[in-house]
Amino acid sequence: MNGALVIIGLTAVMALGLGLAARRGLRMTLEQWTVAERAFGGPFVFLLTAGEIYTTFTFLGGSGYAYGKGAPAYYILAYGTLAYILSYWLLPPIWRYAKQERLISQSHFFAKKYDSPGLGILAAVVGVVALVPYLVLQLKGLGIIVSVASYGSISPALAVWIGAATVTIYVMISGVHGTAWNAVVKDFLILAVVVFLGIYLPLHYYGGYAEMFRAIDAAKPGFLAFKPTGESVLWFQSTVALTALGFFMWPHAFAAALTSRHERTFRRNAVILPLYQLILLFVFFCGFAAILKAPGLSGGDIDLSLFRLAIQTFDPWFVGVIGAAGVLTALVPGSMILLSAATLLANDVLRALMPDIADDRVTLTARGFVPVIALVAVYFTLQGGQTIVALLLMGYSFVTQLFPALICSLLARNPMTKQGAIAGIVVGVATVAYVTLTHSTFVSLLPFLPSQANDVNVGFAALALNALASAAVSLATRSAAVPMASRPG
Amino acid sequence: MTGVRWLALLPVLGILVGTAFVNQVEPLVFGLPLVLAWIVGWVVVGAALMAIVYALDPIDAKPESGREGGQR
Repeated sequence: MNGALVIIGLTAVMALGLGLAARRGLRMTLEQWTVAERAFGGPFVFLLTAGEIYTTFTFLGGSGYAYGKGAPAYYILAYGTLAYILSYWLLPPIWRYAKQERLISQSHFFAKKYDSPGLGILAAVVGVVALVPYLVLQLKGLGIIVSVASYGSISPALAVWIGAATVTIYVMISGVHGTAWNAVVKDFLILAVVVFLGIYLPLHYYGGYAEMFRAIDAAKPGFLAFKPTGESVLWFQSTVALTALGFFMWPHAFAAALTSRHERTFRRNAVILPLYQLILLFVFFCGFAAILKAPGLSGGDIDLSLFRLAIQTFDPWFVGVIGAAGVLTALVPGSMILLSAATLLANDVLRALMPDIADDRVTLTARGFVPVIALVAVYFTLQGGQTIVALLLMGYSFVTQLFPALICSLLARNPMTKQGAIAGIVVGVATVAYVTLTHSTFVSLLPFLPSQANDVNVGFAALALNALASAAVSLATRSAAVPMASRPG
Repeated sequence: MTGVRWLALLPVLGILVGTAFVNQVEPLVFGLPLVLAWIVGWVVVGAALMAIVYALDPIDAKPESGREGGQR
């Protein structure tokens, strides 16, 4: 047991304690996470609403990708901005319809818009499938933090189990009565740590940013710009498009948007929140600083880079502070994701299949799903090999498949039928699953494409097939429906 | 307003299309590789453009309830 581990352990215990203490306090369901935050004013709101996106993904995944891949990490900076611009026009009509129909979840939104409970269930299942890699990456982050901060005395596998147990206990204890204070502490701590590291590490090791980038460019030519093939500019473009479209398709992000008090909030956020993305620059700086100073990590281990460099640079107590920030960035969002997936299964799948089920049975079932989902996530985490960024991109590839059906449903006259929506989502998700599981490429599937097409993000290509399938099926079902219902096309 | 809202397309084009034309490290801009500085620039400019769109959008010129009268 060293100083770092003591601080990290104490932080985890404190987070659990706060969760327990808050049982009677602020209700923080997934839907209310953001809303509760809007009770605060001014800059506080800004930090908190923006802080939702600060998970292990940004902290370890962002720095790790900058370290291991270089330029491709830039996409993380770009997509949020485009997503917020899109949200200026996307979220208000969703919010208005949901308010009018008193809807509280994404699944209900789809079910109501398309008058199809089956589509609602499908949307919920896609949400759960997408949330699993999102949860896996939080566990992987927890595992990294605990294992590295123990200076090797705790194995990564054991650390993942500890992390999963902590998240599960946290959710079980605090349940829906989580504490906003954990989120507050998390946001301020991570902000302070990231900005400090992003300034200190480059200055300490290189004397400045320009010096650091020149040194990297000299040691690894081409690393700081997009490559001609592989993770090329085409990859960047398709990945930014995919993730920007999928940003608000996550069940928890969607639900949070539904419970906003004013639709104006969305438009104001679209102005302010993009700037908050700039914190990511400091995350990148940490990863870039580690390239020449903590070399040798590859594959799934690139996510360790920030911690490796921290250990080389700082005393154990400060490594503990960084680790504590990291634990909270995994624990708070991790518990939200776990809760979200469990609620989706119980409330949007089970209840849709058994409409007569009592409310307390649904709550009980949701609680029962928590450890099951955690175990599934542990299984995938221990399979390993994937970087944190690759995991999130997999989640995005799944969840963005909901976008075409959503955007069409907002049009004054929806051209998509429910059969078309279902067909598109199924085709899109199946494509992503097939390509991911078989590690095949598009050119091997569709040999007539030029080899450049391999650089297109899998999820984006699946989105194209999704749109084609829903258009074709919508046309077929619509023309079949016209004679029967005799309504205009 | 309808004219002003097209400003929102600029960051989209700048990031999605423009990046292809600045995909190089040198010259460093504010110490950052050119392509990174380009993306950072569009994040900042994007926020500024959205502030203009927000300020000129009649939908928010009135209190929240005035939405129906705004546009159709």
